Amino acid sequence: MATTQDPAPPATERELRQRVVIRFAGDSGDGMQLAGARFTDASAAFGNDLATLPDFPAEIRAPAGTLPGVSAFQIHIAGSDILTPGDEPDVLVAMNPAALKKNLGDLKPGGVIILNTDSFEERNLAKAGYDTNPIEDGTLDGFNVLTAPMDELTKEAVKDSGVTGRAVLRSKNFFALGALAWMFDRPSDTTLDWLADKFASQPEVVAANTAAFKAGYNFGITTEAFAHTTFEVPKADLPVGEYTNVVGNQTIAWGLIAGAQAAHLPLFYASYPITPASDILHELARHKNFGVRTFQAEDEIASVGIALGAAFAGHLAVTGTSGPGLALKSETMSLALMAELPMVIVDVQRGGPSTGLPTKTEQSDLMMAIYGRHGEAPLPVIAAASPGDAFETAIEACRIAVKYMTPVILLSDGYIGTSSEPWLLPDTSALPSFPAAFATEINHDDGFMPYLRDPESLSRPWAVPGTAGLEHRVGGLEKDQLTGNVSYEPANHEKMTLLREQKTQAVANDIPDIEVGEDSDAELLVVGWGSTYSAIKAGVLNSRTTGHKVAHIHLRHLNPFPPNLADVLAGYNKVLVPELNRGQLSRLLRAEFLVPTTSFSKMQGQPFMAGEIEAKIIETLGA
Amino acid sequence: MTATYSRQDFQSEQEVRWCPGCGDYTILASVQTFMADAGIAKEDIVFVSGIGCAARFPYYMETYGVHSIHGRAPAVATGIAAARPELSVWVVTGDGDALSIGGNHLIHALRRNMNVKILLFNNQIYGLTKGQYSPTSEPGKRTKSSPMGSIDYPFNPVSLALGAEASFVARTIDMDRNHTIEMLTAAYQHPGSALIEIYQNCNVFNDKAFIELTAKESRDENQIRLVDGEKIVFDNGTKGVAIEEGRAFVIDVEKFGMDVVHTHEAGLDNPATAFALSRLSHGPHGPTPIGIFRDVEREVYEQELDAQISSATEAKGPGDLAAILRSNSTWTVD
Ligand code: SF4
Repeated sequence: MATTQDPAPPATERELRQRVVIRFAGDSGDGMQLAGARFTDASAAFGNDLATLPDFPAEIRAPAGTLPGVSAFQIHIAGSDILTPGDEPDVLVAMNPAALKKNLGDLKPGGVIILNTDSFEERNLAKAGYDTNPIEDGTLDGFNVLTAPMDELTKEAVKDSGVTGRAVLRSKNFFALGALAWMFDRPSDTTLDWLADKFASQPEVVAANTAAFKAGYNFGITTEAFAHTTFEVPKADLPVGEYTNVVGNQTIAWGLIAGAQAAHLPLFYASYPITPASDILHELARHKNFGVRTFQAEDEIASVGIALGAAFAGHLAVTGTSGPGLALKSETMSLALMAELPMVIVDVQRGGPSTGLPTKTEQSDLMMAIYGRHGEAPLPVIAAASPGDAFETAIEACRIAVKYMTPVILLSDGYIGTSSEPWLLPDTSALPSFPAAFATEINHDDGFMPYLRDPESLSRPWAVPGTAGLEHRVGGLEKDQLTGNVSYEPANHEKMTLLREQKTQAVANDIPDIEVGEDSDAELLVVGWGSTYSAIKAGVLNSRTTGHKVAHIHLRHLNPFPPNLADVLAGYNKVLVPELNRGQLSRLLRAEFLVPTTSFSKMQGQPFMAGEIEAKIIETLGA
Repeated sequence: MTATYSRQDFQSEQEVRWCPGCGDYTILASVQTFMADAGIAKEDIVFVSGIGCAARFPYYMETYGVHSIHGRAPAVATGIAAARPELSVWVVTGDGDALSIGGNHLIHALRRNMNVKILLFNNQIYGLTKGQYSPTSEPGKRTKSSPMGSIDYPFNPVSLALGAEASFVARTIDMDRNHTIEMLTAAYQHPGSALIEIYQNCNVFNDKAFIELTAKESRDENQIRLVDGEKIVFDNGTKGVAIEEGRAFVIDVEKFGMDVVHTHEAGLDNPATAFALSRLSHGPHGPTPIGIFRDVEREVYEQELDAQISSATEAKGPGDLAAILRSNSTWTVD
């Protein structure tokens, strides 16, 4: 494949930066997500560590050129290991006035702004709410502003490609990408090979985008302002191995496939389209050759009901959703735990309540996951900490479900689901194995007893239709503790209520103890769960480098908690619990362990920034 | 697999607890007799129900069973059938369960043509909750929740099922065991979803709702038996059904002759005639057809799903986890 002809300037002329945060912003139709994803791949190929965060508009078709129509993609690249997509961008690419207006406030003082001047004309300025042109009126004083007439230059570049009419300007994002490839010395091959592969059946699209990319690259070399704004971000020293860049919705899908393989069961995924969980359905629907059955149901309630049917029939049944859907599935989850059938319920949390912020992240379903059912209805709840971690967490959810014959809620969120990180590929031959054992024989002198429990796990036998002699009925009515027949006997109901609770608690017997990585002299323990992992980790590391005595634990198992959590919490004077909710884990810890936790809450639909965590740590230590 | 059974083989140990005299007893006996005759291996049968009097049915069948959630039985049954197409999956539901709280799942199970047989016990009342009007109660019905008479316009379950793209729709009456077994047999032999509306007498809260169709003195003039390939006549051959301009109506055979009497064809692709027949009566009053309204073949969902799995496996080979983990671009750090 052809590479860009002109050589990049030697590294010595480039400004060395250990880390850079870049935000691509433009109209929804400007292809910013695609540009970001391509820059991500090129950066991974270059050898940087990285983290990304897409920011989609809430409306699918907000009017072009307006603030609600702005779509952005942020990437943090660095030479040493990084954890978050970065707090404030160093570089902002703004394809139109609305993108500039919406994102300028976040940019670091003195940061670089790359603008498409062609879009800064009267109509677009008005749509963005600018009375005067910010390029000329001093708004951008103090920033390093680089401008390019990208519409014109793209048109010129693609004129021989065979692409015509409105499609011409679709290559604009590749012009911008080319300019950035020059600026950051990204390998061109990664992008050009991808184009050739992706649009193999549309050679004119390959030609147009390739031409636009090269034009952008060459514009960087030949335009003085660009030529003097170049950076070198050194390769990262990452653990050796094979890496890929993953988003959480994909790793959850893969983890469920791996979990089903570990259980030696066919995977059955029933779901109803909902943002931001639908990509799990899309990903699994592509893998029918694994024997995966995906089922797009008529509604959320149907999808969990269908999953319950599949579980009864002997499949590894999973349903996925987001907050409002979890509320709708609640009644059937109660049935699954009453009938004691294995099932995984994936909740990719988003801003709530009600329709809330469908495209934004939040951790506000924790209480609902743990308590949100009628009756005494405990079930195991676990949470993924990052896109990579979601793979293992999904396998763990399958393990618990099958071993304990119980529904398990797996919490992810919009941030994990849609953001990406490099992931060291696991050795698939070393993944856990937990083959499901179906009942095949009568287990009692008086016949088959569907509720005769394993003394240790307290799980009941899984006898699936087709097994002669084990015909039995399950259902929502209270069961006799042995026969499974309907029973209204008072003492039996109390016994069964306690058994269901003890069974959930028994999960704690085979989950690992929490280990506190940092020094034991810490005065403050930061306790997190879910997608806040990277921001908390970075905030804690940063505050430790400035001498603050602080440790961090991150919980995967939220119900039950790891067995040694009480002891760990008791070892610290102060416990800080940062969450993207109003303090739900904090309350759980207070209720369970009587520790005076401090809740740190953020409710903006955005992840924590490392700096926010660091500041809160310092404040808490000083208090 | 075929096996030899007696009706007793399908009776579970659980004590049957419907009100004495309830039509459910007769239906249970008919189903158990049918199962013994059909010879489906007991372990391959699954009965699924929602909530309501009828929903206790699975507990009384010595087969696999799920007593699920109000309205959701078609969804649960869909999951069982989609996971294990070789099983024989039956839904037992009522008018409130299937048509009120569970209407959505019913119509989608029918349109997808899941291989699920749905027995809708229609007693036109809420029995378990002690006597409120249901979505099939007649307008003006006085119940505890409609002391001045119901102002809800009722569903016609057969019309509804036909509108929901059902490939098999039939109606029968609890007391007529032979006819019930005939309908069960036809539903079982039909590939795909089947809905049988069973007029079921609730002698406690809505007694004699179907009396016009069942009483000796009136049943001849009110029961219209649909028989495939035969002219639709009733009342000892004195009356017939004609269909004109999409509308079915009763005619005097002596007066108009047999030529105008409609010959029933359940296998017509277009459901319009079946729909016209379903509109002969709106509820069990006056001449009302029983029998198979529609019985057509269409792709069965779970067979299509299996076929996609097979063709994907053929095209791509059996799944290789290590390979899909590498489906995005990868790079190596040494
Ligand atoms: S209430 Fe009616 S339908 Fe229910 S068991 Fe009694 S008679 Fe049967």
